[in-house]
Amino acid sequence: MSFDVIDHLAGLAPDGPLAAIRNVRRQAREQAQASYAALFEASELADMSLEERHAVATFVAALHRDTTISAFYAKALPDDLAITVATEATRGMASGPFGAYPAGPLSAEDTTGPVYTASPGVAPRLAAALNHAHMLVFHLRDSSPAHLQALLDAGWSTTGIVTLSQLVAFLSFQIRVVHGLRTLAGA
Amino acid sequence: MTEHTLHQEGHEVPTVFTQAQLGWLPWLEPFPEAELTERHWAGLVDASRAKSPYFMLLARDPDILGARTKTDKDIFYNPEAGLPRAERELAAAAASRLNGCIYCASVHARFATHFSKRGDDVQRLLDLGVGADLGPRWNAVVAASVALSETPSRFGEEHVAALRAEGLDLAAIVDVINGAAFFNWANRLMLSLGEPELPKG
Repeated sequence: MSFDVIDHLAGLAPDGPLAAIRNVRRQAREQAQASYAALFEASELADMSLEERHAVATFVAALHRDTTISAFYAKALPDDLAITVATEATRGMASGPFGAYPAGPLSAEDTTGPVYTASPGVAPRLAAALNHAHMLVFHLRDSSPAHLQALLDAGWSTTGIVTLSQLVAFLSFQIRVVHGLRTLAGA
Repeated sequence: MTEHTLHQEGHEVPTVFTQAQLGWLPWLEPFPEAELTERHWAGLVDASRAKSPYFMLLARDPDILGARTKTDKDIFYNPEAGLPRAERELAAAAASRLNGCIYCASVHARFATHFSKRGDDVQRLLDLGVGADLGPRWNAVVAASVALSETPSRFGEEHVAALRAEGLDLAAIVDVINGAAFFNWANRLMLSLGEPELPKG
């Protein structure tokens, strides 16, 4: 069995019982790994650089308070950027999901929480990505075209926004699978 | 080319959770069909998805789209072992109800009803939210899916114990984890790249 990032992050032995159970859904396991590769070993990087990818992933994992996963993605970052991202994640800590529904009967369920804005020192393109990532992690139902416009205004292309969105969304999946498997391993 | 967001007008947005079939309108320009290459078709997986604005927008990054779609298909459609299909769909609907994705909840509530024939219970999940009483086994699946979906995740040994007490084996519990986790992926794309619309007429 070749390297599997979810097994690695969950601390599962490749020949252990949970790794074997994951093989009941072998395609899901292989394609989760292929998803990781498509985002972090991509060959086309014109719309989102590898450094941006690892910086956003580090931030998203830190917002989930998962130090193992955050450290895994931070390894690819220069030290000063890793420190910046860690500082920004600390500023962005919250609990989710919260947010507003389209006006109507569900408005009774609207909840609010902290809206994060990156520090002035963060480069504008990365700042826009972190702002968007924070919204996607904690208050996804507040999404609007204005959030996408803010990314376009900061220099993101439409294709880059798709990649950024997939990356944050994939991390939201990966972090939960890892958390679930770790819990099972300890239960 | 100056890129811009799309302003969707003249449609009705759903304001309640529903099992009805909804449409979805993109906030960014989908990839042009005439420019699809072999790599894009591979990312779409099913050629029919070239008719979907959602998949055509995601086709801008075809490799992650293809891997996403194949992950999704195995978690939900693989008939072998694990959790019955109805309850995988329940996990998806519960995550979507918590996160507030009216579109995703509509699709997977409909599938949960189809496979379980428990449309009234599924509707209670939509109407009352994730605290609705759906009987002990479904309550355990919903509670585990919700706890896993919260940020940070609250899924713990008590959820595993509750699922085991309802007869779920390890493979079935991994299906709950995969199903709920996957909808934390899907909800974030559906909610942030466009909006749902009620069927016209």
